[in-house]
Amino acid sequence: MSKILGISAFYHDSAATLLVDGEIIAAAQEERFTRKKHDERYPFNAVQYILNTSKLKLGDIDHIVFFEKPFLKFERLLETYLAFAPRGFKSFSLAMPIWLREKLFQKNFLFNLLCQHDPKFKDIDKIKFSEHHFSHAASAFYPSPFEEAVILTLDGVGEWATTTLAIGKKNNIEMLKEIYFPHSLGLLYSAFTYYIGFKVNSGEYKVMGLAPYGKPIYKEKILQNLVDVKKDGSFRLNMDFFNYATGLTMTSKKFSKLFGQPIRRPDKDLLKQFHMDIAASIQAVTEEIVLKLSKNISEKYKIKNLCLAGGVALNCVANGKILKEGIFKKIWVQPAAGDAGGSLGAALAYWHQELEKVRVVKSKIDGMKGSYLGPSYNEQEIEKTLKSLGAKFEKYGEKELIDKVATELNNEKTIGWFQGRMEFGPRSLGARSIIADPRSDKMQKELNLKVKFRESFRPFAPSVLREDVNSWFDLNTDSPYMLMVADIKKRIQIPMSENDQKLFGIEKLNVKRSSIPAVTHVDYSARIQTVHEETNPKYHKLLKKFKDITGCPILVNTSFNIRGEPIVCNVKDAFKCFMGTNLDILVCENFILHKDMQDKSLQINYKQETKLD
Amino acid sequence: MINFFKEFFEFLMERKKYWLLPIIIVLALFGVLIVLSQGSAVAPFIYTIF
Repeated sequence: MSKILGISAFYHDSAATLLVDGEIIAAAQEERFTRKKHDERYPFNAVQYILNTSKLKLGDIDHIVFFEKPFLKFERLLETYLAFAPRGFKSFSLAMPIWLREKLFQKNFLFNLLCQHDPKFKDIDKIKFSEHHFSHAASAFYPSPFEEAVILTLDGVGEWATTTLAIGKKNNIEMLKEIYFPHSLGLLYSAFTYYIGFKVNSGEYKVMGLAPYGKPIYKEKILQNLVDVKKDGSFRLNMDFFNYATGLTMTSKKFSKLFGQPIRRPDKDLLKQFHMDIAASIQAVTEEIVLKLSKNISEKYKIKNLCLAGGVALNCVANGKILKEGIFKKIWVQPAAGDAGGSLGAALAYWHQELEKVRVVKSKIDGMKGSYLGPSYNEQEIEKTLKSLGAKFEKYGEKELIDKVATELNNEKTIGWFQGRMEFGPRSLGARSIIADPRSDKMQKELNLKVKFRESFRPFAPSVLREDVNSWFDLNTDSPYMLMVADIKKRIQIPMSENDQKLFGIEKLNVKRSSIPAVTHVDYSARIQTVHEETNPKYHKLLKKFKDITGCPILVNTSFNIRGEPIVCNVKDAFKCFMGTNLDILVCENFILHKDMQDKSLQINYKQETKLD
Repeated sequence: MINFFKEFFEFLMERKKYWLLPIIIVLALFGVLIVLSQGSAVAPFIYTIF
């Protein structure tokens, strides 16, 4: 049996993945264990989890593959600094010591870190390096349900590439085209994230959520001044407006001058209509670029399937537009599309491309096992932990538990749902989720303000039974990873009155827009997760029971955490989040905890420890 | 360390980026100098360069 360990680390979202004979056995992000969001450090805990769960020692691993090539990245850094010199000296002087001390010697550095797991590990030559965008492309194609597909990867930057186009056939990926740094769609989007006052690398999805509240009135300004988009979708940025290539900020003064307002200070300035219009405009530009790229490659290569990865592939609104336009017959997006997924891609690339192993296509859904690849806990472990935490709980059989939880959901209770293996990737998919009734009028505000402690404009996503998705949404395909946005069916929409339509920005939030208002965004769209019996049978059963009681096969599904905190990993994290928020009930496997039965002295307030993205 | 230089040299050959070599050497020398100068007798030498 051949065992490959993939690792991504040292930039953001470090993670580890284990492949055994090409099958994805386990994968996890370091942030879940260390509780530091987007943790970039060596994924010690993730690797250790993988070794423990598969009962392996590091010496048993045949190949260890890092997700990018440090020398190539160093080359890009030096060339960029030279091209912009003498500008960027400050950034250069900050970056070089780290590079000369550790990053350039990544192989030795990594080897020493790996030895912490197994001091007897001696074979440094087991460490191999993949390329950043090749890792993304591999993570998008190899687990997909397609024999042949066009692969588009879009993100901030890896070594040189920021956007790549490849074709995958059987077990082979051929890179065809690349757009190089500093011209990057991911960094363009991040620049606007920064300008609106959100955190780069984590606040991008807030820009996407804010966009429907605004009008894209700055779209032409962006296209005329900041980015030159060609007919085929390729693009060049005007670097006069950006500062990320060599500076310590994303945008330059010229950028703020162009839009007439300074960068928003998140702690002092309120979000205004201007920021919503800016968000709408950059979202519109992103969609235009992604659609042009997709149309061009579809016409040129005449391949019916598209695979997507890279941070921009998490822009589910843009993904939904590609699907809606019918440019490709089928689209598959890697659930861990960001850098964490690089660990998976690096391992898969080595297995199929280097070792030339045959690829067996899993045609039912895909080869990701629902992305439930993280740690799980058995009943004894959970009971022991709950007792040690002083929790009061009840234990049920599965059927009884499902009945009880569905009834409580119908009573508008908010529930922490902890069961099975933790998800790999940024979305909660019904293993570490907060769930609620989507028909409730008060639910969106209540969840945002009392449970998640975040801005009230943030939308929530629906989990829906796969077999019912087409009756409720304009979508009739699998979307198991919440990476497709589609409109809610007309029949359940509530049209806005003339007065409602005059409302601006966040005021729109108060208008009930459908019979499932908690998951209906202001533009009648929803970020859909289809729930499949094959990959998450327990969650599927719960949705079915909820449908039996209410006629609605949908639940609100949001990540089990508070703002700025990584999604919960173990029972202790779940209990902390339960006691630190206004969640009514916590369900850990077959144990139910009611808030009103818990010892009041166990309640904690830790929202000040974490900050908004 | 020998392995590192070997791999880096192979990388430069593969990428045909020979002009990177002098930059690397200068950077490495400065790096060594900075490390050595931290609280040692080499520190005054830095002032004679600049």
